[in-house]
Amino acid sequence: MVSELKLYVESLLNKGKRTDLRRFDEYREPITIEYGVSSKSAEGSARVTLGETIVIAGVKLGVDKPYPDNPDEGTIIVNSELLPLSSPDFEAGPPDVNAIELSRIVDRAIRESKALDFKKLCIKRGEKCWIVFIDIYSINDAGNLFDAANLAALAALKDARFPKYDTETGTVKYDERTEKHIELEKMPISCTILKIGKNFIFDPTIDEENSMDARLTVATADNDTICAMQKGGETPLSIDEIKTMVDMALNKREELLQHLK
Amino acid sequence: MTQYSKRFDGRKADELRPMEAMVGVIKRADGSAMFKIGKTVAFAAVYGPRALHPTYMRNPEKGILRCNYNMMAFAGSGDRVKPGPNRRSKEISLVTKKALASVLDLSEFPNTVIDVFIEFPQTDAGTRCAGITAAVMALADAGLIIKDMVSALSVGLVGDSVVVDLCKEEEDFEGGAVDIPVAITNKDSKITLLQLDGLIKKEQLFRALDLGKEAAKKIHEVQKKALLEKFTQNGI
Repeated sequence: MVSELKLYVESLLNKGKRTDLRRFDEYREPITIEYGVSSKSAEGSARVTLGETIVIAGVKLGVDKPYPDNPDEGTIIVNSELLPLSSPDFEAGPPDVNAIELSRIVDRAIRESKALDFKKLCIKRGEKCWIVFIDIYSINDAGNLFDAANLAALAALKDARFPKYDTETGTVKYDERTEKHIELEKMPISCTILKIGKNFIFDPTIDEENSMDARLTVATADNDTICAMQKGGETPLSIDEIKTMVDMALNKREELLQHLK
Repeated sequence: MTQYSKRFDGRKADELRPMEAMVGVIKRADGSAMFKIGKTVAFAAVYGPRALHPTYMRNPEKGILRCNYNMMAFAGSGDRVKPGPNRRSKEISLVTKKALASVLDLSEFPNTVIDVFIEFPQTDAGTRCAGITAAVMALADAGLIIKDMVSALSVGLVGDSVVVDLCKEEEDFEGGAVDIPVAITNKDSKITLLQLDGLIKKEQLFRALDLGKEAAKKIHEVQKKALLEKFTQNGI
């Protein structure tokens, strides 16, 4: 059973048009990044807009014991919540599977690109290391939370400054922030491409998401390296289609990266 | 009581922190608002009237109101707070609902629910009050029938001084502080939220409430301006 909405969106795409008149490879405007939106409480924070989609991410830095298998490394923990404030389709309660998927895609892009050198988060081997908590919240879901969340997480990391750590007492002094940044060695940029009928589009709206056949999120670490991928939707993709989508994501990378500079 | 003559941020006893308000900030919601007071930032979104599930909770006489107060994991002071509801946020959600329900007329929407979600990306004391102030703007933005606007703020005692709109440093004042969150209706200055913990003399409490009544009017001006800005822009 194909919905009326999908018939409409797809027939329009078949004529080369989108419901909001954008080109297929065009992101919504404005793309804005505002840093320090929670600067009093979070070590790093940012609000990102992709058109009407709004996401806020915050970074808190905690100190804990390193994992036994990586005694000289800190780590990141990514959590996201699809707030019921941001869409009539989201319900209150603990993060559901969609929120978990979103967290894990953002986590993998950052982790696998080696955007952070986890060794630099080590304070004392086997005893103390920094844990970078990245919390992502949707404020208005007008589509493409994946790419917005990725940008927000990177922006919040970029904005973050370490608080002072008192080695004697083993406590973090949250009210004394240092000038030390989290060094970002790579900028993993995620691009989500939808397949609707035979068409490929970037930066989908809600109506487009509700009409999709397949979705592919491609995170790129640089101009020819992929660091994470996730396919969504229930329609299979051919290998050629995946190659096309990966190329599209690599070509789009630089444009999105500009917003983080 | 320890003397507290000059406020941390230099404000007068009856002076509120700087405020900002905006309506219609969350496009997917039926009504929404942002309210900022000092460094406390509240977003509120309203969804509904919509079908209420489970059905046994439905009221055939009128719609019901549900409120959800939540601080983002990075929005506290100090350590990251575990996301999700806790005893504190559940109680605040409850008193927020009571504070708003008293001014809302839901008799035209039997069997439905109005959901109010309040989120804080940054906090610096007075969150439940900022949340209520934002929520009532969002309810108005959603076009619901509001019998009287409410404005909420904390009043109280810092050391031996009666002040309005305590900031975090004042709440944590070494010489003792009493925080009294209140929500006050605009037209007839009735109280729809009142909580208190701490020791305060009768005269001080009465004075705090009197100061709160006047300060609430200033918050109301900010709320009114934000609503008018949106609706005059749209030519309504």
